[in-house]
Amino acid sequence: MPSLKGAYLKRSIFAAALTLALGVSQAWAQPTDILNVSYDVSRELFEAVNAKFIPSYKASAGVDVTVNQSHAGSSKQAGLVLEGLAADVVTFNQVTDIETLAGKQFVATDWQSKYPNSASPFYSLPAFLVREGNPKGIVSWADLAKDGVGIVIPNPKTSGNGRYTYLAARAWAQEEFAGDEAKIEDYLKKVFANVKVFDTGGRQATTTFVENKIGDVLITFETEVLGTVKAVGDDQYDAVTPPVSLLAEFPVAVVDKVVDERGTRPIAEAYLNYLYTPEGQDIIGSFYNRVNDAAAVEKYKAQFPEVRLIKVEDAFGGWAKVKAEHFAEGGLLDKVLPNL
Amino acid sequence: MQTNPADASRAGSPTRPGRAGWGLIALTYVSSALILAMPLVLIVTMAFRNGLDAYLANILAPDTLHAIFLTVLTAIVVVPINIVFGVCAAWLVTRYDFPGKRLLITIIEIPFSISPIVAGVIYLFLYGGQGLLGPVLADNGIKIMFTVWAIFLVSLFVTSPFVARELIPLMQQQGGEDEEAALSLGANGFQIFWNVTLPNIKWALLYGALLCNARVIGEFGAVSVVSGAIRGQTNTLPLQIELLFNDFNVSGAFAAASTLAALAVLTIVLKAALERVGATGRR
Repeated sequence: MPSLKGAYLKRSIFAAALTLALGVSQAWAQPTDILNVSYDVSRELFEAVNAKFIPSYKASAGVDVTVNQSHAGSSKQAGLVLEGLAADVVTFNQVTDIETLAGKQFVATDWQSKYPNSASPFYSLPAFLVREGNPKGIVSWADLAKDGVGIVIPNPKTSGNGRYTYLAARAWAQEEFAGDEAKIEDYLKKVFANVKVFDTGGRQATTTFVENKIGDVLITFETEVLGTVKAVGDDQYDAVTPPVSLLAEFPVAVVDKVVDERGTRPIAEAYLNYLYTPEGQDIIGSFYNRVNDAAAVEKYKAQFPEVRLIKVEDAFGGWAKVKAEHFAEGGLLDKVLPNL
Repeated sequence: MQTNPADASRAGSPTRPGRAGWGLIALTYVSSALILAMPLVLIVTMAFRNGLDAYLANILAPDTLHAIFLTVLTAIVVVPINIVFGVCAAWLVTRYDFPGKRLLITIIEIPFSISPIVAGVIYLFLYGGQGLLGPVLADNGIKIMFTVWAIFLVSLFVTSPFVARELIPLMQQQGGEDEEAALSLGANGFQIFWNVTLPNIKWALLYGALLCNARVIGEFGAVSVVSGAIRGQTNTLPLQIELLFNDFNVSGAFAAASTLAALAVLTIVLKAALERVGATGRR
């Protein structure tokens, strides 16, 4: 049997170790780094935003912060946050992906009212990237269903980007065929039969189209289309903005569960607010995203062709309905996807 | 069991190849060039296509440097653990008889036959926030998924059979007579292991550790599931290569790939050297 003194010694060592461990985790509880978990094609955008946000926050709050980034398909990222990827903020490309987090109490249910424009600091739309000279003559949604058109899109199952493509094509078809469901489905089946590759994220789809030279048209956000033309040169690719497309809002939210645990709420909130400042909007616009700040709108209006944008609310009755009717297992999307 | 090239050449006297033989030899060279040599050459040329300065700048980019660091750190953590595990497992199954021994050998080999991506998903289901143990661990402030710990864990899982696989056949073949002799002369357990067992298995052990190391460094599938891809935090070198490629930073991707290729070549050279030394050492 251990002596009383021995037991006391053991206990005090244990207590000391515990204090140390707690002390360390206490030190971690006041971190100056935040993680922005985002969709796939926003890599360069947030790199640029972070580079400007850090000195701005230093100037206003006097703290040096680090902003870490993680990028993949928006819906996949939402799943990873639920699995424990410690996102202080999420910047997704789809309302439903943040709703997923709100449903599990990671994000406040009234998250859309916490920032202007339903918490979407910028927006874009599905557009087309085609090979130089547009040899297949793809200018509108109708052309995607033609025989012999090879399409590359991210997978609508894992990527918000891919879902917008599906919804935009359907929104166009609903108008074109005056709501005739049989004709709409027939059109969508033809479009998806033309898809050569379903990548998991938007950027992988771009790589498939640009580096692997697969397909005749890449359908992705206008920001990615114009950004790619700039990155790889307009002697190889043409950007096509169809006359009608779908409004793609990019919603943001503070992940309450994570920031409350880590004590990073002030930084996270400042970060999202920064996206709405004239400086933030200017950066966002320079990456070919459409913005709402008047000065930035004026500055970048030349780069955006005229387009009529259909809203999800008007065409489909809101995101909750979209999720239940179209994207649920066995929903309308599954009916038009080829059997993979 | 591995056969030693030196033994093979001693076994039969070589004859000059006939016409069919030359054809096969030519085929071997052409396919090796296409499958092995050209990709390696391509990696190096692409990595250096913008000159040495650009290459160094790519390697020294903070995120790539961190990926190299994390990859090496993972190897430093995982390989020693797997050496200890492999020796223990091999010792157990070759020196003792117990019920369920065959089952144990099969279990040890499971990571070989499971696709790494499945391994990653299993860990996600186990330790993820919606997984079996994840919520309990999270309540106690322990976070595994999307941290380096998850990367260590899946790497451990994927590479756990390597050392044991090398040792078990050898130790079976050697039998336990040496150890029994040592025991009868009054050696204790540690003395037996250190002075008798270890010298007998050291080459196979090193070989297994080397293979394990190569696999840890190159692992992609399992790590990609549990990493969370946080830039400059949880990207190992193979993940960083994919990330750079998708960032349209092709020369950066190839520069990172060249460091991975260099590590692989180093492994091959060490392996060849070990086989040589091992062959003379055994005699």
